[in-house]
Amino acid sequence: MAAAATTTTRQKVGWGAGNTAAIVIVAIPLLWIVSLSFKTPAAITDPSFWPAQWTWGNYSGILTTATFVRPLLNSIGIGLIATFIAVAFASMAAYAVARLAFPGKRLLVAGALLVSIFPQISLVTPLYNIERVLKLFNTWPGLILPYVAFGLPMAVYILAAFFQQIPWQLEKAAKVDGATPWQAFTKVIAPLAAPGMVTSAILVFMFCWNEFLFAISLTSTLGARTAPAALAFFSGSSQFTTPTGPIAAAAVVITIPIIIFVSVFQRRIVSGLTSGAVKG
Amino acid sequence: MADIVLDQVTKRYPDGTLAVDKLSLDIADGELVILVGPSGCGKSTTLNMLAGLEDITEGELRIGGKVVNDKTPRDRDIAMVFQSYALYPHMTVRENMGFALKLAKTPKGIINQKVTEAAESLGLTDLLDRKPANLSGGQQQRVAMGRAIVRDPAAFLMDEPLSNLDAKLRVQMRLEVAKLQKRLGATMVYVTHDQTEAMTLGDRVAILRAGVLQQAAPPQELYDRPVNLFVAGFIGSPAMNFMSGTLAGGSLRTALGDMPVFGRVRQELSTTSQDVIVGIRPENFQDAALVPADLRPNGITFQATIDVLESLGAEKYAYFTKDLGKAKFVAELEELARDAGRADAGASDETVVARLDSSTRISEGDNAQLWADARWLHVFDPATGRNLAVADAGAPGHGATTPSG
Repeated sequence: MAAAATTTTRQKVGWGAGNTAAIVIVAIPLLWIVSLSFKTPAAITDPSFWPAQWTWGNYSGILTTATFVRPLLNSIGIGLIATFIAVAFASMAAYAVARLAFPGKRLLVAGALLVSIFPQISLVTPLYNIERVLKLFNTWPGLILPYVAFGLPMAVYILAAFFQQIPWQLEKAAKVDGATPWQAFTKVIAPLAAPGMVTSAILVFMFCWNEFLFAISLTSTLGARTAPAALAFFSGSSQFTTPTGPIAAAAVVITIPIIIFVSVFQRRIVSGLTSGAVKG
Repeated sequence: MADIVLDQVTKRYPDGTLAVDKLSLDIADGELVILVGPSGCGKSTTLNMLAGLEDITEGELRIGGKVVNDKTPRDRDIAMVFQSYALYPHMTVRENMGFALKLAKTPKGIINQKVTEAAESLGLTDLLDRKPANLSGGQQQRVAMGRAIVRDPAAFLMDEPLSNLDAKLRVQMRLEVAKLQKRLGATMVYVTHDQTEAMTLGDRVAILRAGVLQQAAPPQELYDRPVNLFVAGFIGSPAMNFMSGTLAGGSLRTALGDMPVFGRVRQELSTTSQDVIVGIRPENFQDAALVPADLRPNGITFQATIDVLESLGAEKYAYFTKDLGKAKFVAELEELARDAGRADAGASDETVVARLDSSTRISEGDNAQLWADARWLHVFDPATGRNLAVADAGAPGHGATTPSG
């Protein structure tokens, strides 16, 4: 007993120390950015962790310039549209993958995996040329298309796993109850796969939101540039000040939608929604 | 309500597997027909074909006189209760029960009224606003039934609806299903692998084996006059005892002694002598001391050492060993046992089960005198499995099993 208790205590201490270390490593840079965003330009080089004098100046600065507000709106618009398209198509594709046996299914699944692991950097140059020819360069669709392409495989994989968990008999029951295949999908299967759809939507949205390489390569003006790319083009309030404060403030601002997005939907990401469907 | 006619219905899967082979069955309006058989016999496939969830490869299916082979489930007007209930977990009981009507664009008022009526008849009124996850197994089962009743369909299909309930609830629900079916006058096709359910519930029981209909008859007839070895071994618990025998010279030679033969078997045997498989049900044995003298000539008396005696209160099961000569057709019986999915049907050991009256004084280890009633003997052709005592053996053309095949 005593030995077991000692081990347990030891384990607790070990885990506690490990967890604390991990949290500190993640949290310190985050808090540091937050702190920086509240420092005055003169105090940027001040080595103290928290600002001696708090200021909203950096925030009011970036939120009043089109160089940040416009990209922020671009990010939200492009992210939401790409997410919606990706999840809508992915749910149909995943349903087919999970439920139907069709020729080329293995090829489709393998192809999806291949697309998702394809290094983006190798696609930038061809995409750049293609989009210029197709007049998609520096437009919303020009970013939405590649985002959907990369978001789809991820969403298909997540959703297929969810669909596979839904009892097959529910769909049979719906058919016998007089549902068309489309009604069976929309009224019975899709509501049950909602947690999967939300999960994949969050992941696709986060991918679009954080994406930098395409955003910086396939845009040239504020018309389509997204927030992460815009950050790279920040200049200080005058030509001679380093834009450290505004960049920190912008970094904090673009984190906020993700936090809102996740916290609103996380309650929906609960497993066990299907409990009670079937017995045994 | 409507009648259902299966005319030479066949299901062949793309890989060539024959799941159902030329099944012909007429189900009258208001009749309760049980499809029973071991797992993999094609009973669920048949039900799915009736529902329209699986295509019919060949043959014709008519519901209410109309050919429905190519109709989708929604155009067949049938309701189905699934083994797993398949309740929609995101809907309340009320929504579950009203779902089919809602899809049929029934006015809200009528849906409400029908759901309320059905809920009342099933004792679900207090549960209407709950979700399936918050119901007990028995309640979920009722909701599944309610979902079917509400629609007032042409026929009910039940796919092992009680097999997930515990034993006590199963008996109770079995009675309720029977009452419900009588009250609604519903045409019902009920699939089960449980022979007790089959025997107690059905107007008629259709036994399937490997996709082939063996016999479709009222329960008592199946029990008294099984058309072949498979039906004989499948129906009855404990299972019928099988032993080898020879028909010769007006009597039947078995390991228990020479038995007199009656009825149709007598005509059959008069011509030539022939090896047969003899079946005796456990209740056709009796403690010889309890058999009135005038009945004794109807059977034979023999000696057996009782290995095990189980008392069930109302009756006693005596197990004894005899050299039954099963070795001759052990392969057939083993296949039968495997197909029937039960260890006690025609098992390869040489044990006989006898069901004795509880007043017997026989005890374990006794060398007891037992009596076997020869009037209820079943005699089967070892080659085809056909019951020699039943004139019309099986459905035309494909009634008999081929035990070796």
